[in-house]
Amino acid sequence: MALLSFERKYRVRGGTLIGGDLFDFWVGPFYVGFFGVTTAFFAALGTALILYGAAIGPTWNIWQISIAPPDLSYGLALAPLKQGGLWQLITVCALGAFCSWALREVEICRKLGIGYHVPFAFSFAIFAYATLVVFRPLLLGAWGNGFPYGIFSHLDWVSNVGYQYLHFHYNPAHMIAVSFFFTTTLALSLHGGLILSAANPGASLDEPGKQAEVKTPEYEDTFFRDIIGYSIGTLGIHRLGLVLALNAGFWSAVCIIISGPFWNKGWPQWWSWWLELPIWR
Amino acid sequence: MKLWLPFAASAGALLAVASFVGAGWDAPPVATDQLGFRGTGMYHHRDVETEAALKAANVAPPAPWEADPSGDKASALYQNVQVLGNLSGDQFNQFMASITEWVAPEAGCNYCHNPDNMASDEIYQKVVARRMIQMTQSINVDWKAHVAETGVTCYTCHRGKGVPAQVWSTTLDPKPAGNMTSNRSGQNVVAVNAGKTSLPQNALSDYLLGEKPIRVHSTTALPTGMNPAGTKETEETWALMVHMSESLGVNCTTCHNTRAFNDWDQSPPQRVTAWHGIKMARHLNVNYMQSLTPVFPANRKGPEGDVLKIGCATCHNGVQKPLYGVSMLKDYVDAVAVKGSTDVPNFSTYIPGKTEVLGGSAATPVTQP
Repeated sequence: MALLSFERKYRVRGGTLIGGDLFDFWVGPFYVGFFGVTTAFFAALGTALILYGAAIGPTWNIWQISIAPPDLSYGLALAPLKQGGLWQLITVCALGAFCSWALREVEICRKLGIGYHVPFAFSFAIFAYATLVVFRPLLLGAWGNGFPYGIFSHLDWVSNVGYQYLHFHYNPAHMIAVSFFFTTTLALSLHGGLILSAANPGASLDEPGKQAEVKTPEYEDTFFRDIIGYSIGTLGIHRLGLVLALNAGFWSAVCIIISGPFWNKGWPQWWSWWLELPIWR
Repeated sequence: MKLWLPFAASAGALLAVASFVGAGWDAPPVATDQLGFRGTGMYHHRDVETEAALKAANVAPPAPWEADPSGDKASALYQNVQVLGNLSGDQFNQFMASITEWVAPEAGCNYCHNPDNMASDEIYQKVVARRMIQMTQSINVDWKAHVAETGVTCYTCHRGKGVPAQVWSTTLDPKPAGNMTSNRSGQNVVAVNAGKTSLPQNALSDYLLGEKPIRVHSTTALPTGMNPAGTKETEETWALMVHMSESLGVNCTTCHNTRAFNDWDQSPPQRVTAWHGIKMARHLNVNYMQSLTPVFPANRKGPEGDVLKIGCATCHNGVQKPLYGVSMLKDYVDAVAVKGSTDVPNFSTYIPGKTEVLGGSAATPVTQP
């Protein structure tokens, strides 16, 4: 990949969080950095462990390979490699790789002199993952409460964990999270449609046979002011998208951390407080 | 003045506070049972405080004394002993003492008996009690697939109350507003017998009285158009399943690997016990509870006039094995672990105060399971 003409001036030394000039260089288009090295280390080790787990497992079917967490009887202790210890090591590698990547993003932000929005956003994804495989198992007292690493098996886990609470749609935080997910996609579709229509306005009305000119944000604003009376604007839509998406991830983490540690009945039962409000009790 | 904003914010804040304060959250530590292979998510979490309270509330009472099986039979000692006649006098009195503690500890013997004539059937509770003893005997003899050798006694359901705390009957409350809202299929109201969900509120009638097919699961990955069950039927099944889960204090994974609800090979063995339990509850409701309809006075029936019926919670009371699997049967083997007379009076011609003799001309044999 060729270096873009303007890119050179952003390739500046410094801004590292750790190690000073160590690894402060680029390989081709890629910034390395200390956390790039740790990312590569954890990602490679984790992937190798997954491959090892697949090799000692019953199948090479990509859909059915599964690295399962230990039995509950191991509690918060280390398990033998083939009885869930692999899962524990892979979890450490995954968190090591994800956190390294977020810190590498921070270093790049510092070099460029931009805000930390990207690592901030990515940290929500890490938080949701850590909630599933670290925080919730810690609160429940056993690593066995983590989800298995496999394409089908993790879906089966989600299904069973949902049905532990009889009807997961009654989980209030799940409701909020789902609403944010749907709102995120709604906002993205509205925004994507708007950008495409402004960038591809079709045939010109003034000059037959010619393409119309690409439209400016004023047109975009006018469209939304006409249809809903308000336009959030070119910058605002991205802020809105960030808020919606991060809330989706955040409330997902909340909805699973309260399931088990803080609620053990069916989720429909949680709504007793609503049924018992003094207004109509 | 834009007042809606502070009003909406206040209402939201109040509801948030109510949901935090009123919901009765659990707190760690949590006791967990692993029900399937590691990583399948088949776990049963139990709050330790809730579990301790359940344990305290579900203790089997000891027998008042050990009964002597020798001596004259109750049928020879007393009049109008139609089902328990094979008991010795001591066994009979021991069982009567126990049943009083189990069902009517405050009202005592007079709950069922006229103290001036203990043999008389004039109090309807005695007619019901005789039928319920037959039912208990049938459960212990015919339904071992569900109750195993643990068996049941009156106490399993009654727990010191004349009417067991956890029974069900048809309810149409709150009444629909009418017109287009008339037929809601029991939905969108609080289904008390389905874990306070908005699932169909009378699903138990379909399955624990009627024989509506419970299996709604497609057996192929992609639709073939051959499965007649839709969302409506599925939600009815779900209501029954939530009832079973709440009754036993368990969750769906106790009997199912939810990746394939239908597949017996992937299901824990508890599903077999539960399957027999559904059949048993249906059999008891049809053959014992429903046929007693003319005997019960109106205040012992549900709001729609049907008798109070048996659900899973009636025996289980929130515990997977009623009374935590403690068998009370060993002290009452001759009373309720074997069958006495299985004849049934014709309750449709029931006249309050008149003694019915089993095996008479009006009697009809009970259907065997």
